[in-house]
Amino acid sequence: MYQYDQYDQAMVDTRVAEFRDQTARRLDGRISEEAFRPLRLMNGLYLQLHAYMLRVAIPYGTLSGAQMRLLGDIADKYDRGYGHFTTRQNIQYNWIKLSEAPDILADLATVEMHAIQTSGNCIRNISADQYAGAAADEITDPRPYAELLRQWSSFHPEFCALPRKFKFAVIGSETDRAAMRLHDIGIQIVRNAAGELGCAFYVGGGMGRTPMIAPLINAFVPLDQLITYSEACLRVYNRYGRRDNKYKARIKILVHELGKDEYTRQVEAEFAHLLTQNIEPPLAEFARIKAFFADPAFDPAAPDAMPNGDPAFLRWVKANTAAHKARGYAIAVISLKPAGGIPGDASADQIRTMADLARDYSFDEARVTHTQNIVLPHVRKADLFALWQKLVDADLATANLDSIGDIIACPGLDYCSLANARSIPVAQRISEKFAAPVRQDAIGELKLKISGCINACGHHHAGHIGILGVDRKGVENYQLSLGGSEGADCSLGTITGPGFSEDGIVTAVEQVTEVYLAQKQGEERFLDTYRRIGMAPFKEAIYG
Amino acid sequence: MVEPQLRFRDDAPVDSPAIGLADFTAGSNVAAVRIEAGEDARLLLPHLASLRLVEIVFPAFTDGRGMSAARVLREAGYAGELRAVGAVLVDQLAAMRRCGFDAFAPAKPLDAKDAEAALARWGIVYQSAADGVRPIWALRHAAAG
Amino acid sequence: MNILTGNDLKSGAVVWWDGGAWSHDVNAAADVGSDGDAINAREEAAQRVVSAYIIAADAGPHGIRPAHIKDRIRALGPTVRLDLTLQPGDADAATRVI
Repeated sequence: MYQYDQYDQAMVDTRVAEFRDQTARRLDGRISEEAFRPLRLMNGLYLQLHAYMLRVAIPYGTLSGAQMRLLGDIADKYDRGYGHFTTRQNIQYNWIKLSEAPDILADLATVEMHAIQTSGNCIRNISADQYAGAAADEITDPRPYAELLRQWSSFHPEFCALPRKFKFAVIGSETDRAAMRLHDIGIQIVRNAAGELGCAFYVGGGMGRTPMIAPLINAFVPLDQLITYSEACLRVYNRYGRRDNKYKARIKILVHELGKDEYTRQVEAEFAHLLTQNIEPPLAEFARIKAFFADPAFDPAAPDAMPNGDPAFLRWVKANTAAHKARGYAIAVISLKPAGGIPGDASADQIRTMADLARDYSFDEARVTHTQNIVLPHVRKADLFALWQKLVDADLATANLDSIGDIIACPGLDYCSLANARSIPVAQRISEKFAAPVRQDAIGELKLKISGCINACGHHHAGHIGILGVDRKGVENYQLSLGGSEGADCSLGTITGPGFSEDGIVTAVEQVTEVYLAQKQGEERFLDTYRRIGMAPFKEAIYG
Repeated sequence: MVEPQLRFRDDAPVDSPAIGLADFTAGSNVAAVRIEAGEDARLLLPHLASLRLVEIVFPAFTDGRGMSAARVLREAGYAGELRAVGAVLVDQLAAMRRCGFDAFAPAKPLDAKDAEAALARWGIVYQSAADGVRPIWALRHAAAG
Repeated sequence: MNILTGNDLKSGAVVWWDGGAWSHDVNAAADVGSDGDAINAREEAAQRVVSAYIIAADAGPHGIRPAHIKDRIRALGPTVRLDLTLQPGDADAATRVI
């Protein structure tokens, strides 16, 4: 894992002091709310329905046991005993006091954490493949690239008042586990014909009101030009992105309106100019960062046989583990989606338990996934049973990864001031309805995603089944869409038709799964069947 | 003419008012020009040698286009005064300095002490920008370089 | 009735104008009639409360009920964590809000 040196530490410490000063000026009235708002947002602090909410950055979703433990302690000390893991691989707390926010940032800084640029119209926390450094199918670990980008983007003076927020994702595998092409910039690390590593740049993707899949604008940016190329992409956006309409301000609209080719031409011209400015960190800096992400000391003698035993354990192994690159190891995923639970929520005790488990079973490392689960990336197969038993004790052993119970849901109208409808109760009712293992197993892989408003924090466009909450004359209403996917086969869902009440949407989801089970051929997943048979049979079942 | 509240230059200020970009590029022979957000700073590049003051207008503190405009001019070698005009807040001064501004004419005067503190706060920086400050990556590899 | 609501600057907590001060209890909310804007302007200058706005509400059998669901949820707390709401002992509170 990356570790701060004195410079990184000085940057976060300075930020804490700066925000303490800004908060003091706000509390004594020297700064207006209007002027303070962007300052607090750049430190992850929102004003939500019931209180301030603090979003803490977990860069590329990677954190140590000590960092995870502190997140649990913050939940107890400053919040109400729990936290919410988000689709940006971050964690947020729902009951924060403005007057205490600087103290929380100071606590975070003691374990090399911060809340820098987790909101606001700036470059947000860089996300990455949650299996980075562990996945069997990886070309290279994307996190050194993400860390290089993190440092470049932190307090970037030119890009602190962009037209709108800006999200990067970086992956290093063919398999896209980070919804890379649904980001403002998605970077895939690739190898060229000469065997060198470089970056494929996809620019202008996103969800929200106008979902778009990012087009490829450069298939191979050499590694020693990554920052310069990123700067060129951002400068063109900062200069020409729309500022007249908040809903048209994301880079996807600029790329769409200019056309991919014209946007690319402008970027290449800016890039050629910036290459003369020597803004790129040397490869020695990349090498320094990369050294932190070296493999932990895997035991070459670790037994490779998958353990046998309790059927419930075997079911968990089947559902919640993935192939590891090292013999004798597995990637284990802790589901934060118990039937009837709140997706992504974990109590302070659960967070501390996960910290202990990371320390004891995974070389002191954990990951947060954009699907709101926690990964222990490096677990000896021989330890899986002991790990599972401890998860059972902590109510963390739900075996439902990528199944219909593993729902992504945004906080919705229960917490969020932007929401139009509640998301969590819908997720709870659906996960309860499909809780029976036999039913869940029959349905297999089915990614269900719920957003409580058009901003799409719950990624509904990318759900095999997507649900969007809307406000219909003061009453919650839910639109259903089918056929979205966030992976390498990225696609956007199609709305089935008129929306539903809360009861109605649960029934409609059930009807959709019944059509799938009746129509599925062979080993088809829900998405495969939908793509083969199209919308009509589903529509007929739902609307009659 | 907008008087700067803060100015970090030793030369004498230009005493003639800045004119708009359209008038300037139409052929005016003055040393001071003003560009609005959304105007292309690169149109000034052929004239940099004769310019002594460029005012860049910030219509709202959330509008960061002027940041890019400033860097574009500095990267092209402009050495005259670069003045941020309009919606300039105390907490943006440090970033503006990094982008190459060396004078500030905020629409609403800044508290002098707050401004001083904001400008003194960031001793080290992560990126290369227009202020010539060596970024952290350069400090890290100074011995090797 | 028209009532005035916002969030406490320091804590972020939901507050309601009770005629002389800000209360955490929606049932303490005063009908501001057509004075809402004036009170709001005065209170904004005092900088104790942020994002204050006027809403329509009804006085009903269970107390004051804001017209819009968002404000009813603000008045109660998250419907999915009744233990954290202002009425932790009332199992029907969430149903009434919707």
